Amino acid sequence: MGQAPNATPSTVARAVSKPNPAAPQAGLPVPGLGRVVEPTEMKGSAAIIRSLEELGVKDVFGLPGGAILPTYDPLMASETINHVLVRHEQGAGHAAQGYAMVTGEVGVCIATSGPGATNLVTAIADAHMDSVPMVAITGQVNSAFIGTDAFQEADIVGITMPITKHSFLVTKGEDIPRVLAQAFYLAGTGRPGPVLVDITKDAQEKPTEFSWPPVMDLPGYRPVTKGHAKQVREAAKLLTASLRPVIYAGGGVQKAHASRELMAFAEATGAPVVTTLTARGVFPDSHEQHVGMPGMHGAVSAVAALQQSDLVIALGARFDDRVTGVLASFAPDAKIIHADIDPAEISKNRTADVPIVGSLDEVLPDLTAEFSRRKAEGLAPDLGAWWENLNRLRETYPMGYTPSTDGALTPQHVIQRLGELTGPEAVYVAGVGQHQMWASQFIKYERPHQWLNSAGLGTMGYAVPAAMGAKVGNPDRVVWAIDGDGCFQMTNQELATCVINKIPIKVALINNSSLGMVRQWQTLFYDGRYSNTELNTGADSIRVPDFVKMADAYGCVGLRVEREEDMDAAIQQALEINDRPVIIDFIVSKDAMVWPMVPAGVPNDAIQIARGMTPEWNEED
Amino acid sequence: MARHTLSVLVEDVPGTLTRVAGLFARRAFNIDSLAVGPTEVPGLSRMTVVVDAEGDLLEQVTKQLNKLVNVIKIVELAPESSVQRDHVLIKVKADAATRLQVTQAADFFRARVVDVSPDAVVLEATGSSDKIEALLAVLEPFGVREIVKAGALAIGRGHKSMSERALRPVSA
Repeated sequence: MGQAPNATPSTVARAVSKPNPAAPQAGLPVPGLGRVVEPTEMKGSAAIIRSLEELGVKDVFGLPGGAILPTYDPLMASETINHVLVRHEQGAGHAAQGYAMVTGEVGVCIATSGPGATNLVTAIADAHMDSVPMVAITGQVNSAFIGTDAFQEADIVGITMPITKHSFLVTKGEDIPRVLAQAFYLAGTGRPGPVLVDITKDAQEKPTEFSWPPVMDLPGYRPVTKGHAKQVREAAKLLTASLRPVIYAGGGVQKAHASRELMAFAEATGAPVVTTLTARGVFPDSHEQHVGMPGMHGAVSAVAALQQSDLVIALGARFDDRVTGVLASFAPDAKIIHADIDPAEISKNRTADVPIVGSLDEVLPDLTAEFSRRKAEGLAPDLGAWWENLNRLRETYPMGYTPSTDGALTPQHVIQRLGELTGPEAVYVAGVGQHQMWASQFIKYERPHQWLNSAGLGTMGYAVPAAMGAKVGNPDRVVWAIDGDGCFQMTNQELATCVINKIPIKVALINNSSLGMVRQWQTLFYDGRYSNTELNTGADSIRVPDFVKMADAYGCVGLRVEREEDMDAAIQQALEINDRPVIIDFIVSKDAMVWPMVPAGVPNDAIQIARGMTPEWNEED
Repeated sequence: MARHTLSVLVEDVPGTLTRVAGLFARRAFNIDSLAVGPTEVPGLSRMTVVVDAEGDLLEQVTKQLNKLVNVIKIVELAPESSVQRDHVLIKVKADAATRLQVTQAADFFRARVVDVSPDAVVLEATGSSDKIEALLAVLEPFGVREIVKAGALAIGRGHKSMSERALRPVSA
């Protein structure tokens, strides 16, 4: 392809448009504070900081290096941007994610070229999988050096192409305001996602003229937010014909901030609601229509609600393999209404009978209104028999666990008490593995943005930096990182960042001395041959590292709990400390397993509530 | 599998070709051929992509392509309502004894001789992929030394232009 023409973006918009185009327009609304800055001479680096200020950015996470050095100079002078200096760029990325997840704002991370940029890759991929709005700004070598294998050169635009919503390489200072405005617009609208802006060192150093707002257009980007009226009518028609409907709420409800709209819809229809791993909290666990989390480690009642339903209403969910199990046997009798802002998700895995492209905060009220209209005509069926069945399953097979017998703590109980003593106003952030599943199962989620985790990518090490970002975004909330001993050792260097920047997160280490989920699979499917899963951090081991000493070395408060009777007191003590991070090292049993479980490669009906035990699906006569 | 020809209007900015090609690789879609070049609108390029895909997969291909920010519009060009052309250069062995036969064969297919040397000729041919295949079959006995093919080009019949809304987009 040729070089980018600087001319004609707006004429391009008039000449052609995406399907369902908005009316031709001169430019898109520029995100941010809406202020006007007259043309001013400044360096590109200053233009970056000014742009971020005008975009309303308050907190950024990063670590400087050669190619981004020019930008760190004006950053130091900014009165409105708080920069949190991390210890590893991956931490900056996850912190930006955590920040974005609790605030709904676009998270920002900054790194230098080469290794700085590649250290962001895991967090960018994570944000891409879980649709987290994030802008990653990286320095790049001088434009004249690009392609010469210069010191700390990496083609980060190329590397991240498959894992970003979009990316930009900026080689001229005059493009900085427009590109950053576009990046924030892209990251935060439609289906959110990470956008990378790679800026060469010479673009940062050379003088340029800065003005705000920039003229911005994206002729190939027109997310549809309003659901098609005909499809909404079709959906309402299916709803009023369904005897066994189920609302399958996904992370899209979280991203669209559509919890209230979901509540209205659910209560209007009376249908059961399941909330996926990324949707925990978008519908309160305590609500009688909530039947649990579906999927591989979901509640029996939630799995059954999908498997036995005649109509699945998928809202911002993507029929992930962890939810569907073997796709061909998933919800075999159900018709599918699929509402999502990303048209490519619809019918990607499971063919939709009624597709609705749109933002859930707009689609759901339309759907509720249309359903209510039909209901008023007496068309809505009685869901009594359906609820009778689901209630029986919910009562017979509640989430539960058996206490450990080896003298170590029962991890599920630790997590349950943590949630009970802390309450739903806190933010809970998990790593990946057994502790993540238990945290999704045994904490009560009552509000959106209460629960953060790495769902799609499954990134071990997410919890500590994401909790740090969440605490920066929500300083008045208690933020618990519920982490495993494996995960914690991947990113715990950010404790230094937390201590120095006074970000008092709390870490509950569910220390089973092993890579627990892998160990569980070895127990179940590899004859108990524990190949390389022992980490020697917990019970009956040499305990390297000693997490309490480590906490102490970082200037955190370190507590260790090995006995059931000390558990509540330690949690209470942690809740009372608000001037520094607290780490509680809970020494738990390594033999505890996550149940229920749908083993890989079998239909969801084969869910096991404990090893070798499947539920009775039909009521005994 | 069925062949489908997609015309993809894209912004002419660095990286667009990489994004499109990368998407095909990443999502395990097969490209039969790909041709790209500038259009009548400054700043816009047009790609002609021939893909091997059944209905559902084709829908996924177009939806995923549409998600690329630099992609502006996609239409599928059906064979009956479009003109589709392959372009090929063929180097065939041809000495004094066989040259006349080779050029005669070329004439039947309206291929042009664009280079002649003592023991070879280079032919240029344009046409449907069937015609090009037939030409190659006829030339094969003489000894085909080299073949260079461009990706298929396709354009809709009639007066409409891809920049008009009247042309039906592949996916909504």
